[in-house]
Amino acid sequence: MLNNIQEFYNILPLIIIGGLILVSLIIEMYSESSEKILPWLSIIGFLFVGIYSLVEVGRTSIVLQNMLATGGVVNIFWLIFNITAAIVCLLSINYIKKYGAYYGEYYIIIQTSVLGMMLMAGAKDLIVIFLGLEVMSISFYVLAGFNRNRSSANEASLKYFLLGAFATGFLVYGIALIYGKATTTSIDAISLNFSALSGNVLFLTGVLLFLIGFSFKIAAFPFHMWVPDVYQGSPTTVAGLFSTAGKAAGFSALIVTFAALFGGPHGHLFTPYLSAIAVFSMLFGSIVAIMQTDIKRMLAYSSIAHAGYMLIGLASGNIDGVAGIIFYLAAYSFMNLAAFGIVSILEGKEETNLDLDSYAGLGTRSPFIAGLFALIMFALAGIPPFAGFFGKYYVFIAAIKSDLTWLAMVGILSSMISVYFYLRLVVIMYFKSSETEDKVSYTASEIIAVVIAVVFVIILGLAPGSFIDLVTKFL
Amino acid sequence: MIDLIYLAVFLPLLGFLINGIFGTKIKNEKVIGLIGSGAIGISFLIVVGAFFETLSLPADQRTNFVNLFTWMKVGTLDVSFAYQVDQLSLIMALVVTGVGFIIHVYSIGYMHGDKAFWRFFAYLNLFIFAMMNLIMADNFVLMFLGWEGVGLCSYLLIGFWYDKDFEKSTTSAAGLKAFVVNRIGDVGFLLAMFLIYLFFDSLKFSEVFSRAVSFDVPEHIFMLITLLLFVGATGKSAQIPLFVWLPDAMAGPTPVSALIHAATMVTAGVYMVARTSVLYAMAPTTMMIVAVIGVFTAFFAATIGLVQNDIKKVLAYSTISQLGYMFLAMGAGAFSAGIFHLMTHAFFKALLFLGAGSVIHAMHEQQNIQHYGGLKKYLPITYGTFLVAAMAISGIPPFSGFFSKDEILWFSYTNLGFVFWLIGVITAIMTAFYMFRLYFLTFDGKPRFDEKQTHPHESPKLMTVPLIVLAVLSAIGGFIGIPEIFSGAHGNVFHSWLSPIFKSANLKLSYFGAHSHFEEYLLMAISVAGALGGISAAAYIYLKRPSIAANTVERFKSIYTTLWNKYYIDEVYDATVINPIVNSSRSFLWKIFDNKIIDGLVNGLAKSISIVSSLIRKMQTGIVQSYALVMMIGILLAFFWIILSL
Repeated sequence: MLNNIQEFYNILPLIIIGGLILVSLIIEMYSESSEKILPWLSIIGFLFVGIYSLVEVGRTSIVLQNMLATGGVVNIFWLIFNITAAIVCLLSINYIKKYGAYYGEYYIIIQTSVLGMMLMAGAKDLIVIFLGLEVMSISFYVLAGFNRNRSSANEASLKYFLLGAFATGFLVYGIALIYGKATTTSIDAISLNFSALSGNVLFLTGVLLFLIGFSFKIAAFPFHMWVPDVYQGSPTTVAGLFSTAGKAAGFSALIVTFAALFGGPHGHLFTPYLSAIAVFSMLFGSIVAIMQTDIKRMLAYSSIAHAGYMLIGLASGNIDGVAGIIFYLAAYSFMNLAAFGIVSILEGKEETNLDLDSYAGLGTRSPFIAGLFALIMFALAGIPPFAGFFGKYYVFIAAIKSDLTWLAMVGILSSMISVYFYLRLVVIMYFKSSETEDKVSYTASEIIAVVIAVVFVIILGLAPGSFIDLVTKFL
Repeated sequence: MIDLIYLAVFLPLLGFLINGIFGTKIKNEKVIGLIGSGAIGISFLIVVGAFFETLSLPADQRTNFVNLFTWMKVGTLDVSFAYQVDQLSLIMALVVTGVGFIIHVYSIGYMHGDKAFWRFFAYLNLFIFAMMNLIMADNFVLMFLGWEGVGLCSYLLIGFWYDKDFEKSTTSAAGLKAFVVNRIGDVGFLLAMFLIYLFFDSLKFSEVFSRAVSFDVPEHIFMLITLLLFVGATGKSAQIPLFVWLPDAMAGPTPVSALIHAATMVTAGVYMVARTSVLYAMAPTTMMIVAVIGVFTAFFAATIGLVQNDIKKVLAYSTISQLGYMFLAMGAGAFSAGIFHLMTHAFFKALLFLGAGSVIHAMHEQQNIQHYGGLKKYLPITYGTFLVAAMAISGIPPFSGFFSKDEILWFSYTNLGFVFWLIGVITAIMTAFYMFRLYFLTFDGKPRFDEKQTHPHESPKLMTVPLIVLAVLSAIGGFIGIPEIFSGAHGNVFHSWLSPIFKSANLKLSYFGAHSHFEEYLLMAISVAGALGGISAAAYIYLKRPSIAANTVERFKSIYTTLWNKYYIDEVYDATVINPIVNSSRSFLWKIFDNKIIDGLVNGLAKSISIVSSLIRKMQTGIVQSYALVMMIGILLAFFWIILSL
């Protein structure tokens, strides 16, 4: 199967994660202290794979009989997934105890979901994309309902599963239609013949269904309905994983399938569809988030809006847009991880302290946490010099270059609306006095995870050009 | 060491972060002071290393770039955190880190016992960080970042003792004034930057300057760009009409006045003009305007300086006046002469301020020179060093100020004409007069304070050693720029060091006529004689016959009050600009436009968005069937679209 030793090195990240899953299963079965070993083992594994991907980023190749690509943008995605997962694990160590649902599978399922994501980002074949998607999704369904003793978790899991299966149905049907016309599932072969195929209504319908399937995964309007309920019902750290790595994986699959078309004559074929869902996602997410009183639901709607901004990059149909999305995904992953991390720190037992009002007076009760949270809110609202600003900036520029200035304008308008609910939280933290005087207690691992994410948000905001340079080199 | 230049920029930031974050925890003044001045000291060493490395390179390879990371990149706009290490930026960096280090050390002594000691050093380090970005930047955007950064630090440090009163209001108000006036200049800088990008498609210095020569851009565009840049320079470097903030900036602690409002930040405008000299060379009209503003500011500020009684105010007006000289040099096309004066001025003006700080320290915060006198015997070191600085600024050979000022006067004579030279010399005479008025009233004569109550004593070593170092620099610093007529075959070393930077600008500028050495000697003799005359006059009036001063004041009452009140410029600005804006803002913009129209719109919009929001959130029923229904509707709409679009 492997042509040479070089192929082995190229797919080493996948092999390591796969091995990690097996080793973790054995440890979970036989070790008394798996509770202590597994999180750190996962973190070390993720970090190693992330750094390895970054080091090997220049080695682009196609491996395993044209099924998988490695190096370049693929490795950048692998880096994002793994770093995200490592931070989630670091956050979970204490949270999962507080949440009252420590089962060893927790970390193992996170590992399998990451394996799925990595397959999606590297896929060169529609079947591999589907395989990766299912591995990831099924892991996610389980993670959503992780606390099986709690009805809200069961509800979230079931809803996610039902709607996810519904969307996957369309996706598979789309792949079938594409295969029916193109008689291949190889992405490269399809994009080579795209001109000839694009006159065929069945083929185009297939592509559209494929897009719809992924619109669900990235939580774009009108396929977003699951998001608030699932984020609210799942463990907070898991919601953080859904909204960051999960979304990034969805976009990575869209990018690997569509980026080949960009720059060509058909780059703008699906722009009307993409811009429509982008506009609705942005406006819907921002407007509805205003009325939320639960922080996790607010972040859920904010994540719908952010999916909309990223879709602008895809709708632009040019390389700048793709680079912009990748930057946005990295920036957004760290911002959201930090946000969910802080929420998980503040969350009390039995899912308390999730109300916006419970953040009152945080500025005096715990100035450090409040400062970090305020910074993240500014970043999410897209205020420079943080990473969130440049994410939006790059996708808007890409839209303007493709004569979609109106789309960028809607994006700016929606950003303005979103400032309201992000900064409202800052107002609540600093200007509203609280009833309690309780200091916030946190463990070192949690706060380190949040601080790492915040540091990345600042670095990406200060040196966005370096990241964009790295990405554009491989596009 | 060139490759490590970014360390020289970022070490001060590190110092700022350490002292800024942990300052309250450290508490120990020695540690804080060591971190603060140590960061600058190491920066200085790195810059010195880079300087010698550059010196060892052949003259045509002395411009090097150190690219740290890409900051913003969109299309042709490519802005990096990249530093340009060349002859000009190295001179500036040496001055900033060198003088900066000396002032940091001095501050450990001066700020001793202050309740916010750590905050002072944190701000001071942040200032050096911003200033280093300003001067080392290889593009306009990074320069602007530093430009804004030093403005911020200036604001923070002017209002450092925010709970103290200053003149009619507070120190924070003085800081605010500085900030607001600078904003006006910054708008000019920004607009110039937009125009530069529009016409040259780049914001990198090297690209813009080569394109400025090769692209066919009409002269009026150059004029507009350079004028807008110059507006920025007048704000930062306190030139007419935006000089009003600098005298008020004296509300800050004295080391701040020395570092920011004398030696470094206020010269940023001069540096910027020198850096963009190519653009200025393409716009002769702007050059003339710069020269006129410069010489006029020099003269005008010197006249105000004649009558001020606050020791720091006198120095502030003298700073404005000396900056005017530098702009005169820029306008005359004598860029390196201007930079030379910038450097020597940094030495002697920092020394004057630090000396003043030492005096103020000894006199328990008394700043009025009429209440000083005879301090010579109490403060021997301060007295000696102050005298050196006063000689230097008055242009007495062989002190540094003589060489640099004389060079400017010479070039204004050859390149601009007799009138500019004449005003320059008259200003020089006035400078000598008011500086020695200050000197005699402070250190000479009989004490005019109660010697029983006030016991002035010399400052600690931490403060006097910096004074001595600066005095040495002020005394001999001029020798690196000895004019050709004295040094002969060697030529002017400072000139030839900087000449590659200004080569393309100087090629564009052509000046008429050759001048004989005799003329140069003659003019030099006149200005030195004038300075000596000014000093003697001051000595005669303030030591021998104090009645003359009083009589003159009586005789020319109206002129005196005009000068005393600084030509009523603040009042004029209040009446013509500030009050109309404040009043119309209050009556119309605030109460009608903002309260009614803007708030109405915003509140209306907010309300309607809330209504929409509460309506559509009802979509979220929580029932999974309805979710699927919504998805299905979306899919059907998409199908319609694809069928219709075919």
